[in-house]
Amino acid sequence: MNLVVNGAAVAIDPRPGQCLRTLLRQLGWFGVKKGCDAGDCGACTVHVDGRPVHSCLYPAFRAEGASVTTIEGLAPEGGLHPMQQAFLDAQGYQCGFCTAGMVMTAAALDQAQRRDLPNALKGNLCRCTGYRAIADAIDGVAHVEADAPGAACGRSLPAPAGPAIVTGRAGYTMDVAPEGALAGLTHMKILRAPHAHARIVAIDAAAALALPGVVAVLTHADAPEALFSTARHHHATDDVDDTRVLDPVIRHVGQRVAAVVAESEAVAEAACALIDVTYELLPAVFDPLEAMAPGAPVLHDKPACSRIADPARNIVAELHGEIGSIAEGLAQADHVFAATYRTQRVQHAHLETHGAIGWRDGEGRLVLRTSSQTPFLTRDALASLYGLPREKVRVITGRVGGGFGGKQEMLVEDIVALAVLKTGRPVKLEYTRAEQFAASTCRHPMNIDVRIGARADGTLTALALTIVSNTGAYGNHAAGVLFHGANECLTLYRCANKQVDGYAVYTNTPPSGAFRGYGLSQTIFAVESAMDELAHALGIDPFALRRRNVVVPGDALVAYDDHPHDVEFGSYGLDQCLDLVEAALRAAPKPDPGPDWLVGRGMAASMIDTVPPRGHVGMSRLALMPDGGFELKVGTAEFGNGTTTVHAQIAATVLGIASADIRIRQSDTDHVPHDTGAYGSTGTVVAGEATRRAAQELLGRILAMAAARAGVVTDLCRIEGGHVVAGAAHIPLADLAPLEAEGRADGSPRSIAFNVQAFEVGVHRRSGEIRLLRSLHAADAGVVINPMQCRGQVEGGVAQAIGAALYEDLLVDAAGAVANPTFRSYHIPTFADVPRTEVFFADTHDTLGPLGAKSMSESPYNPVAPALANAIFDATGVRLRATPFKADELYALIPGHFAPAEDA
Amino acid sequence: MDINTVTEVLRPRARDEIAAARPGDAFLGGGTFLFSEPQPELRRLIDLSKLRWAPLSAGDAGLDIAATCTIAELHAFEAPAGWTAAALIGECCRAFLASFKVWNMATVGGNICLGLPAGPMISLAAALDASCVLWAGDGGERRLPVLDFVRGPRENALAPGELLRRIELPAAALARRFAFRRASLTPLGRSGVLVIGTLDRDGSLRLTVTAATRRPQRLDFPAPLDRAALAARLAAELPPALYYDDVHGRPDWRRHMTQLFAEEIRAELLGEAA
Repeated sequence: MNLVVNGAAVAIDPRPGQCLRTLLRQLGWFGVKKGCDAGDCGACTVHVDGRPVHSCLYPAFRAEGASVTTIEGLAPEGGLHPMQQAFLDAQGYQCGFCTAGMVMTAAALDQAQRRDLPNALKGNLCRCTGYRAIADAIDGVAHVEADAPGAACGRSLPAPAGPAIVTGRAGYTMDVAPEGALAGLTHMKILRAPHAHARIVAIDAAAALALPGVVAVLTHADAPEALFSTARHHHATDDVDDTRVLDPVIRHVGQRVAAVVAESEAVAEAACALIDVTYELLPAVFDPLEAMAPGAPVLHDKPACSRIADPARNIVAELHGEIGSIAEGLAQADHVFAATYRTQRVQHAHLETHGAIGWRDGEGRLVLRTSSQTPFLTRDALASLYGLPREKVRVITGRVGGGFGGKQEMLVEDIVALAVLKTGRPVKLEYTRAEQFAASTCRHPMNIDVRIGARADGTLTALALTIVSNTGAYGNHAAGVLFHGANECLTLYRCANKQVDGYAVYTNTPPSGAFRGYGLSQTIFAVESAMDELAHALGIDPFALRRRNVVVPGDALVAYDDHPHDVEFGSYGLDQCLDLVEAALRAAPKPDPGPDWLVGRGMAASMIDTVPPRGHVGMSRLALMPDGGFELKVGTAEFGNGTTTVHAQIAATVLGIASADIRIRQSDTDHVPHDTGAYGSTGTVVAGEATRRAAQELLGRILAMAAARAGVVTDLCRIEGGHVVAGAAHIPLADLAPLEAEGRADGSPRSIAFNVQAFEVGVHRRSGEIRLLRSLHAADAGVVINPMQCRGQVEGGVAQAIGAALYEDLLVDAAGAVANPTFRSYHIPTFADVPRTEVFFADTHDTLGPLGAKSMSESPYNPVAPALANAIFDATGVRLRATPFKADELYALIPGHFAPAEDA
Repeated sequence: MDINTVTEVLRPRARDEIAAARPGDAFLGGGTFLFSEPQPELRRLIDLSKLRWAPLSAGDAGLDIAATCTIAELHAFEAPAGWTAAALIGECCRAFLASFKVWNMATVGGNICLGLPAGPMISLAAALDASCVLWAGDGGERRLPVLDFVRGPRENALAPGELLRRIELPAAALARRFAFRRASLTPLGRSGVLVIGTLDRDGSLRLTVTAATRRPQRLDFPAPLDRAALAARLAAELPPALYYDDVHGRPDWRRHMTQLFAEEIRAELLGEAA
């Protein structure tokens, strides 16, 4: 058929069932993204004859004779459409994966639609921003500030990738053509288990192998025997080794059974359906408490070297700690409060699904292009798994379309590598959205018992938690999440007697994994809800109760034991955060939405260590290039958090140059020797510190060389306008090139950061509907290097947490299968669901972080759910102790609830 | 998404070109459902777009809406004066979870044939007494009230090879006054409860419940009734088992909201303070 794409005539015959999205990508228009492939997210929006459509739903054959415009063709070559410029000016994106579709949609709105963005943007999901920045872009509000040599820090400088993102030219993982090293690219599809617990007795792949176009069928017989963990950590031994690339034992519905490599996705899919698998079914257990009970099916009968705490009881990791005496603390209390809180299974729902492309390069090295937060750790894991020297494996990322912890795992790279090694062909595996929901990872569901003792004046005498964490079928991040989850939620409070008992437990459900907050969002929900319950019981204002009990500089930082640690008060802004939120909350009277609405206010506080414990390496390499420019190679990955901008700002500030003069290359294991990766909010604090050190070192070398040439002392030298001013001499930077310096940071000692969230909510007294009337958030981020971006991190964290508090619930059915693996049934916040959050920053300067900065990417998520629960209680008197809070449960709990027939 | 099992697309230009039905066939309206979920059983798509049915036809008898009429075309319909209830078209279009971009492709017939409880075109058609005109594979034609056509979630009255040609909204229904209520668990999310009331000139009240129940439910009240009488009828005719249970709302909440909305609508249309 003939059509016109971005002004050029094209002749191509689509496959009968093909959608326009894949046809356009086949033609090389990679700005057309796949977020859901089901018409829900809008990332694939294009214009067909001027009308915006979701190209994933558009039958390709119907494009015959049509004129199609993708993001790449929205503006003339080299130019920008006004909407693209507006998204740049407002920085209306973070990871940018949704941006092409967002811009294509926004560009098609009429005036009436622009005035009603909640409706107009129903079909566009963004997981990063919380939509405020998108609204500002469409409303023409600009936020980016001008660059200033030597003064980049503290300015809202734009992300370097911006122009590529808004024009659709930023290359994400899958945005590469099957040419060059990828010529003959093959496609992988995975056959997944229909049973929650089973042993594979036989796999007959003969029919699949006979299908034309099938290159290979991989089963457990092809997979290495080695056990590993999909979790990626600085220390590989932090996680239990309980996973095989392909395992003859199935432990959850959706686990890999076999992988087909074929010349096309269609053939691979057809071949999967032809594989005949015989299973021996095993009894399954879905509840963690049942899984710990005697007689429960054992999921992992593995030796001690796997490091599973108690395989016979399905306990992956255990935690027991006590400081002081809980019994005495409870005895000293005037009031004792105890309750159980529950958190559900939620999914990261980054818009770019997991996926990787693997091949062998000209030197025979195994190369993986993947969507990862931890390219270096993934390289090490692949080398170890396949017995390859480290230098024979290279891992790179394109632009990463969101992570939120979900990409601190090796979920696809291992099997793509196996296929490359077996077939010698380049291999691509791209998860569908359904696989993302049902077969990747989720936040650990937890049951948390809280006991608090306090004197009548609110002084805490005892604080105890019992945590049962459901890690699902595999133990990736089970221990880390449990230990981290038990930590800062308790350290926040000065209390002589604290105790934790924690268990991370296997069940036959999809695996949990790293998720924004890393355990703290669950435990903080419990502790901060319980603190609110205590405040109400004692008749003390919730802000006052916090002030009475939170740690202040000079206090020991103690969670539940007295082991030495490396966390310090590098700075302290919690007092400011509490004051800022309280003052803003009280500055306006409660609104009156009418007699049907109950209005209430609630708050919660949270603390986070600025770096994960026990080491986190960041490495950066900064070079003065022969053209007089600077090239910064950083190990850390950028997945929308804005660290690339921050790195340029840090280096530019140290060097005294403009941020724009620094070219950044990142996320390639060839660039620097090592980097632990972008998790635990380390992109600024650790990797940024490495960059600061590299810049400091390079500056010293440049000035020393210039000083030597000019015959002056280095104190008289400075970089200015592409030169080194050395006394009276002006030496072009290019004359001093090449020079290079490396910076390394080890992530210790660590500081602490704080967040305080408050909400004003309205609850409809008959329907149970919850409306977010105001959202206020104060963050203690130290020196805020990029206010626009840091605000975006806070807003995005709050929005994602609102999703988990009000809507999101990944359901596992009675057979152990995920019941709602689509955005239609798993509702993440849309534009209409997210209020504007008023964001405040404490004025602090951290002594440990680079240029005074602290971490601020995952922590804004943590206090949101309890602040909402507390506000709902204030409004209604109903205490909700399990997330998510939904109208269809709340309505029946509201005092005075009545059926309309009884209404008078 | 790609439907990789499809090997053939048929594009009939007239009724007699529509091929005899085979297993694995699907009629393709807008494609917004078919292309949104895996369809491993599909082998052939029979594209209805080349039949070029006039999307909308308004006359003295009422409004005929072709099955292939897109939501966008329906939304743009300008009703003649006197068709008070035509304003329900806009209300029901906005009840879609899907965005205006999907309206450019999705069809009225597709939404009705899918039979989802929250299908807003089902709400519209049921509230306005729509008849479905069905074309059988053998050239025959039959008519069925939409209330009988939609049998449950993803279940309709179509025989193999039969297709929905159009729906007909009678002018009398379009001339009624109406009241519209909708509830969702998220601000602009999928409907969990959708209740429409219409009031005829003769004073008869009709309540149509969709989204809350497995299939559309209709309660007719020829004479004015009070709050208690309405509650009794709802309790008797819509027992708990009829209410739908899925992620978009617990059945008890759906029942509660249905009763609440029904009473609000009764009061509004009968001129009483709620």
